[in-house]
Amino acid sequence: MELLIEKIFAKYNYWIFIIIMSIGFYAIIVKNNLIKKIIGLNIFQTAIFLFFISLGAVKGGTAPIVSEEMIAKGYVYVNPLPNVLILTAIVVAVATTAVALSLIIRMYEEYGTIEEDEIIEKSEEKEVKWK
Amino acid sequence: MSVVEHFPILTVAISLLSAFTIFVAGWINKKSCVFISIATLIAQFLMSMAILNHVMTKESIHYWLGGWKPPWGIEYVVDPLNAYILVILLFLALFCAIYSKRSIEHELPHKIASFYTIYQLLIAGLCGVTVTGDIFNMYVFIEITCLSSYALIASRGKIALKASFTYLVLGSIGACFFLLGIGFLYSVTGSLNMHDLSLLLPPLYGNKAVMAAFVFFIVGLSIKMALFPLHTWLPDAHAFAPSEISAMLSGIIIEVSTYAFIRIAFAVFTVNFIKLLPIFDILCWIAATAIIIGSILAITQLNLKRMLAYSSVAHMGYIVLAMGLSISATSYPWGGLTPALMHILNHALMKGCLFLVAGMFIYKADLWYVTYFRGLGRKMPYTCAAFVIAAISMIGVPPSVGFVSKLYIILASLEAKKFVFVAIMLLSSLLNLIYFWRVIEMMYMKREEGAGNSHASYSYKDEIPLSMLVPIWILSSLCIIMGILWLTKIPIPILNKVNAMFGLVVI
Repeated sequence: MELLIEKIFAKYNYWIFIIIMSIGFYAIIVKNNLIKKIIGLNIFQTAIFLFFISLGAVKGGTAPIVSEEMIAKGYVYVNPLPNVLILTAIVVAVATTAVALSLIIRMYEEYGTIEEDEIIEKSEEKEVKWK
Repeated sequence: MSVVEHFPILTVAISLLSAFTIFVAGWINKKSCVFISIATLIAQFLMSMAILNHVMTKESIHYWLGGWKPPWGIEYVVDPLNAYILVILLFLALFCAIYSKRSIEHELPHKIASFYTIYQLLIAGLCGVTVTGDIFNMYVFIEITCLSSYALIASRGKIALKASFTYLVLGSIGACFFLLGIGFLYSVTGSLNMHDLSLLLPPLYGNKAVMAAFVFFIVGLSIKMALFPLHTWLPDAHAFAPSEISAMLSGIIIEVSTYAFIRIAFAVFTVNFIKLLPIFDILCWIAATAIIIGSILAITQLNLKRMLAYSSVAHMGYIVLAMGLSISATSYPWGGLTPALMHILNHALMKGCLFLVAGMFIYKADLWYVTYFRGLGRKMPYTCAAFVIAAISMIGVPPSVGFVSKLYIILASLEAKKFVFVAIMLLSSLLNLIYFWRVIEMMYMKREEGAGNSHASYSYKDEIPLSMLVPIWILSSLCIIMGILWLTKIPIPILNKVNAMFGLVVI
């Protein structure tokens, strides 16, 4: 039992990432309001970003601007690559959010609501009329 | 370094460049947009042919971005597999662009410039996914592709907005899973280059993180390629997008996701890893379910484009089934990835043609539903003839392309001794026949009702715009020509090189 608790706390960053990701996923599935869905999506994406960042982190590590003598003195530095990857991924996430929000605005203009079930109801009515 | 070796990056770069040129040109003259787009696509298509020729006659192209050596810098690698996919994708994109000239003027007259801007971004994304040899770069390009396709699907407004939103949420989740897979692989190997990963991974095959990464890649890309239980975004998105975008979505975008899956499964993880897990057997069964359920759902649809969309679900099942059989069927010529790659080309031709024809009916008379197609065969003879050719290819009448790919998949499943899949292939041909025959019957057999009927007396344009008819006819005639070429085995060496590269078939 103690071993298990030790195991859990030794890798607490991964557990936090899993919990945040589940919260985001829950919001995407359950929430009816489209904006809340997008917030859920953002939480989901952020969890993955945190996972990447914690991969590169080193306890007591400095910024990765190092010279030979600093390494010889025993300095450790954080792996910069995951941070760079996540910068790109954040840009992608921002773009996705922007597209999603603009879609929501257009849907609000079209249907007068941002509740998903009402939109489905109204779009079905429209499709029936179309026939 | 010969000029051809710069072409992989150029296909991506000139597409991006033309996207911004079109945006500026749209302020000055709206009519110029489509011509810039077509000119760019012609240049890209010629480049892709040159790349294919170079790859087939000489060796694979390795392009180092910024001159950085591979494990650290981004590398673009083009081997026979990429080159083959690149040619298909630019070929269909070119014809969709030619077709879109008239239909976009008709459907989205105020958005011409932005349509072609985003269209070029879509092509840039697709080319990028195809040529890249870096796994994170692939993620970024997949997202560029998907973001531009969300915008293009939504461009018609109304119901398309809802469809696009569903696709956006599901597509982002898929991309996130893909990113998570990359994270797992990076945490165990510390590399992002595909070739480097394939060298670093073999000692780690038993590692749980590597297995989890593979599963994340499968789930993420299954959403993107609309494999059966994750296909729910596809029917609406395909049905309500502008027709040329439906053709691109169905013919290319989900196929490029399949390419991404093949690349990751066979080039990053290798055949040896796949044989450790029963994952491809499970994929075969999922694909078989997709084939049956997709076809049955297609039968229930009256909206032609929605019917074609469900048929796409079934045909993605064919491709995944062929891919799943690739490790157990290994003899020439149906072994390995040959049937899967063959069906990627064939499906692009057939579905491209069918969606463009469906768009023609909407363009001319706003006809969405099969029930209103009475007597159309007499009013639009050339269009309907092209539809019939593509439809019989889907059903699998020899010597069309559909027949060849079905034949190869059946031969592969016979070799793998999985006779259930033979039965499923035959049954699905029957189901294909049911839903396409209904449309053909409506077009040719049923006479129009009296002139008093409001649907029969729609305004009838005399001339069929040539710029729309030519792409349709080229695609539908290629359905037969490619079928004969496959039967004579002329293009098979390309696929054989792919199989040899992944160690699947030894001749």
